[in-house]
Amino acid sequence: MTTLLIAEHDNASLKEPTARALTAAAELGGAVHVLVAGTNCAGAAEAAAKLAGVAKVLKADDASLAHELAEPLAALIVSLAPAYDALVAPATTSGKNVMPRVAALLDVMQVSEIIKVVSPDTFERPIYAGNAIETVQSSDAKKVITVRASAFKAAGEGGSAPVETVAVASAGDLSSWSGAEIAKSERPELTAARIVISGGRAFASAENFKRYLEPIADKLGAAIGASRAAVDAGYAPNDFQVGQTGKVVAPDLYIACGISGAIQHLAGMKDAKVIVAINKDPDAPIFQVADFGLVGDLFQLLPELEAALPART
Amino acid sequence: MKIVVPVKRVVDFNVKVRVKPDGSGIDLQNVKMAMNPFDEIAVEEALRQKEAGKASEVVLVSVGPAQAAETIRTGLAMGADRGILVKVDGPVEPLGVAKVLKAIVAAEQPGLVILGKQAIDDDSNQTGQMLAALLGWPQGTFASKVVIDGASAAVTREVDGGHETIALKLPAIVTADLRLNEPRYASLPNIMKAKKKPIEEKTPADLGVDVAPRLKVIKTGEPPARRAGAKVASVAELVGKLKEAGVI
Ligand SMILES: Cc1cc2nc3c(=O)[nH]c(=O)nc-3n(C[C@H](O)[C@H](O)[C@H](O)COP(=O)(O)OP(=O)(O)OC[C@H]3O[C@@H](n4cnc5c(N)ncnc54)[C@H](O)[C@@H]3O)c2cc1C
Repeated sequence: MTTLLIAEHDNASLKEPTARALTAAAELGGAVHVLVAGTNCAGAAEAAAKLAGVAKVLKADDASLAHELAEPLAALIVSLAPAYDALVAPATTSGKNVMPRVAALLDVMQVSEIIKVVSPDTFERPIYAGNAIETVQSSDAKKVITVRASAFKAAGEGGSAPVETVAVASAGDLSSWSGAEIAKSERPELTAARIVISGGRAFASAENFKRYLEPIADKLGAAIGASRAAVDAGYAPNDFQVGQTGKVVAPDLYIACGISGAIQHLAGMKDAKVIVAINKDPDAPIFQVADFGLVGDLFQLLPELEAALPART
Repeated sequence: MKIVVPVKRVVDFNVKVRVKPDGSGIDLQNVKMAMNPFDEIAVEEALRQKEAGKASEVVLVSVGPAQAAETIRTGLAMGADRGILVKVDGPVEPLGVAKVLKAIVAAEQPGLVILGKQAIDDDSNQTGQMLAALLGWPQGTFASKVVIDGASAAVTREVDGGHETIALKLPAIVTADLRLNEPRYASLPNIMKAKKKPIEEKTPADLGVDVAPRLKVIKTGEPPARRAGAKVASVAELVGKLKEAGVI
């Protein structure tokens, strides 16, 4: 069998979920080819060729693929599909957008956000905000799968796969890209960070959110996350949201500050190795999953924490 | 222009579900059910478009058991015009739902279908994209803003790094994210009015659609349990523990 993995990248380089989804793709048992679809994406294609366990890289370089629009990208993947037994992508917003479109075009029922490959046709996936784990077996001849990146280790480097250019059919004009507001940050990416510090509604303003969390994140080299309440209130941007319907993280350390611990939030962080909760309510549900709980006012405790942390070397 | 909004009956978002001890599924006996929260946002968006003069009629569709009629009623009480219940007992997968919706779209000819981005029970996040594929329509998923302008819609999407805006030629599919709007509560007079609004009943067979599942659920289990740890008394103690654990 052969598997096609759809890479998540920014044309110049690969994003971390790709290497993690590669681990899941390899567990299916067959050879893995990686599709790098974009514009001027030679850099990302070369990076994919270096990943350990990749047999071949397909590079689709075309202006229509510049912005990962679902319509041309799905058409491209479907045109390549006859040669593959499984089509796999990380469950990023791009993977979630395009893969169900691919699946329906192939008349396949997608298996979403797998956390384990049990066998080439059987997978585990969380349902009900992670409150249950379903083991499902697909009866479709071809598998279409998205992978929860946080559940798999990243594949290493050391490969030297050939890069082949594939033709891109004309895309049609159903959709077009108008613009984006993508935040630039020096901090690690939320889903790839070793340490995440998150804030909730308790911060009461965007200024407080920055003022109290950023110095600690700087010292720890941490990514910053947020609850839905903090995002809805405008304290933090939307891409900070951790949870059932935001990002799923599994860092070594997760520090939840002024977050109550609703099931939708827990869904996004309860696989962290160590969880710290700082909350003034000793009965907050977040303490039920926290390894270390600190009860008190975060406006007092966070500056203390910042002062107690060693300067970053 | 007509807007179709599919709505799903799911376990209320406040309920912490229990896995049946024999691994055969989730215990749904006596559990509070409600409209999928993302679908409420989709209904609200359709109503706002109608109120802004961009749409003439809002039609709700639910694919599910007889009780899904209550879910449709909830949306009718918010202000939608009429409903269609496609009765199916037992689980229907997103691909099956998308096929049913394709048949409904063929009959209703809407200019826009707005769906929730995911259902909070199976967390699949597929139906809208699949419907777009089956219809050959463009899709604007995870929408936080929708501006309809003549023959096209500008959709602002929540993506991993922030936001992006795309333009879709109508007819199109939009899936709603959390921050698209805040759904209204139904007023008492509207709840009364909703009782008189029509709900048409159909079956997948009427529509010529096969909804047999493709995935076999072998087992439903509990996630690995996480035990509560200890409270620490001070920041100094916390930092000590974190150093001991080797995470800082
Ligand atoms: C469909 C749907 C999807 C959702 N998806 C998500 C999701 O992906 N992610 C997510 O996070 N939520 C999600 N939610 C929302 C979720 O249900 C909760 O409403 C949300 O997580 C609450 O955020 P919070 O903990 O910041 O706020 P609150 O629940 O209000 O908690 C604030 C906490 O701060 C504490 N506090 C207040 N002041 C202080 C202080 N000075 N010092 C210390 N502690 C203080 C309080 O004791 C309280 O525990 C979703 C909800 C729905 C319906």
